[in-house]
Amino acid sequence: MQEKLQCSFCSTALSFPLQTATRFLTHSLQDLQQPAVSSKVFIQRDYSSGTICKFQTKFPSELESRIDKQQFEETIQTLNNLYAEAEKLGGKSYLEGCLACLTAYTIFLCMETHYEKVLKKIARYIKDQNEKIYAPRGLLLTDPIERGLRVVEITIFEDRSIGSGR
Amino acid sequence: MSQLQHAALDQQGQYNQICTRSSSCPPPAEDSEPPPCPCPGHRSRTPRRKWQMFPGRNRFYCDGRIMMARQTGVFYLTLVLILLTCGLFFTFDCPFLASNLTPAIPAIGGVLFVFVMGMLFRASFSDPGILPRATPDEAADLEQQIGEQRGTGNSAGCSRPPPRTREVLINGQTVKLKYCFTCKIFRPPRASHCSLCDNCVERFDHHCPWVGNCVGRRNYRFFYLFILSLSFLTIFIFAFVITHVILNTDKSSFSSCFKALSYSLTLFCTVLEVVVCFFSVWSIVGLSGFHTYLISSNQTTNEDIKGSWSTKRGKDNYNPYSYGNILTNCCAALCGPLPPSLIDRRGLIRSDMPQTISQSNGTSNSNYTSTQLHSHTCDQDQCIQSTKFVLQAATTPLLHSDPIVLAPLPGKTTTLGGPCAHLAPTQPSLPSCSGDVLTLRDTAVDSHCHHHLYLHHHHHHHFVSPEETPCITPQGALPCPNHLHLHHQPHPPVPSPAALYNPASQDTLHEDSVRGLVKLSSV
Repeated sequence: MQEKLQCSFCSTALSFPLQTATRFLTHSLQDLQQPAVSSKVFIQRDYSSGTICKFQTKFPSELESRIDKQQFEETIQTLNNLYAEAEKLGGKSYLEGCLACLTAYTIFLCMETHYEKVLKKIARYIKDQNEKIYAPRGLLLTDPIERGLRVVEITIFEDRSIGSGR
Repeated sequence: MSQLQHAALDQQGQYNQICTRSSSCPPPAEDSEPPPCPCPGHRSRTPRRKWQMFPGRNRFYCDGRIMMARQTGVFYLTLVLILLTCGLFFTFDCPFLASNLTPAIPAIGGVLFVFVMGMLFRASFSDPGILPRATPDEAADLEQQIGEQRGTGNSAGCSRPPPRTREVLINGQTVKLKYCFTCKIFRPPRASHCSLCDNCVERFDHHCPWVGNCVGRRNYRFFYLFILSLSFLTIFIFAFVITHVILNTDKSSFSSCFKALSYSLTLFCTVLEVVVCFFSVWSIVGLSGFHTYLISSNQTTNEDIKGSWSTKRGKDNYNPYSYGNILTNCCAALCGPLPPSLIDRRGLIRSDMPQTISQSNGTSNSNYTSTQLHSHTCDQDQCIQSTKFVLQAATTPLLHSDPIVLAPLPGKTTTLGGPCAHLAPTQPSLPSCSGDVLTLRDTAVDSHCHHHLYLHHHHHHHFVSPEETPCITPQGALPCPNHLHLHHQPHPPVPSPAALYNPASQDTLHEDSVRGLVKLSSV
């Protein structure tokens, strides 16, 4: 079972008494380390269509060696379509809005909004994409909602021969 | 050896300071530092929920379910005014009106009152659409991009760095996206940074002290419905109180002392209600009308005040966000989908969660290397199982068993670190010119209409457009001493993260090994 890291800055606390001890061990640590994060790529928002949630489909150069351009664009385009569906103005959203207004918004205590439903769908899609496409290539997509819908964060893991992902 | 000793001396103090945070610390060390209190009501416990580490200046209640701005005095005044007036109306006027006219009057009044209170609470207590601050990795990535742009665009003659803006073409209009120094993001279009709450808010309308919160994308419809229903309620009460007075003068009888007393009491209450309603009608009805205009043209108060889309700026200037017709604009604003809160205030803090920019080291010289390191240490995929057995014996007596949360520092101190260093000295006092103009630019674009209810709302404001502001004007542009008082930020009671977390002084491998040390000791 994977152990999670606890603290980063506390490393400075373990300074003098342990520095000498740990320096002996860094050599062996390096050999036995599992995939480390090499870098992160951030796909920024595309505001050319206004304030709706849309991400740039430009293929970042850091991913060139890892994944197909077409595959990447397809992922981003699907995400964009899902977000567009969430924010779509139409009969259904108006009906929901009016009903909510009439019930003084208490209806949202019982049911979730259309937007929230689509966000769940997006989370499932990202998980699915990670499992099938990105993880085998040593990449990890982070759900944009965890970054405040600002960026799609793609973590690139180092390609090591020993480690085989998680 | 001397280098190590020197390092030890430097870091020993840090070790003590970190130690004081934990519960299993030796008592003498504990007294030297008070435990951090990130927000009111939270005392020396490990923060469990994200609202407890929220970097903005909001107040949270009910374990993060309710959020408001810091200054809530005027909100209580609003509550008192509404409750008092309605209370007097229902107590003194309704019995007469119900018996003499129709019982529908108190019924309708009751429904209106409930709706007004509901909308008020919804507007006051919900998240207006706050944008969470950038994680250190994101901020570093942006800094790198900006640096590249500057490097390519800067010719030999340029002495002053260009402002951090990005231009975007929306529906044929060029819109400038500004960089927020506090939140370390390029603000989306229509977003603005509220200096009172110290947050970037999406579709920022204004900061309303009467409601005790910012009005933004997520609570604009509640705010509008609140002022609209309040106008109806005010007019309703005003009309029926006058009716009561008129009807009562016809059949006044002073047959007994008691009746005379009750009559004068009723009269006093009536006068009070009339006075409150009279002023409210003019201000609130006016405000409702103004916001109806804004909704129908799909503008925010911020944009209207700045005149962003007015034809006075240019013949081709038009609002790119408008849907074309009034009905669609209204429906979109009031009945459109309600986006969820982006800040997840009730989420549990995970120890592997990346810190937001306010809580972490932001020294300019470390830039991408340090954040890369930071991401190394923050990432939940790191595992150094193999060294567990070797290191555990060495580390157990030194480290405590409690897992240390990644973001223990007080979240309110937003101005730590190199790039933001210029913010810290400026905020508590009247700023001087250099570089601080940038700060004020960010804060000056907010339209806090403190007096908007009682003055001509869209003409009286303490707003200064950054393009028109020369260096010294910002001092005069913020005449309200309240504003400057509110800008004051408390200095951290603990040393800045730069002192505690200093990755630049250690090499990568050492970091990795020490990281494993900490993790494994807490197993």
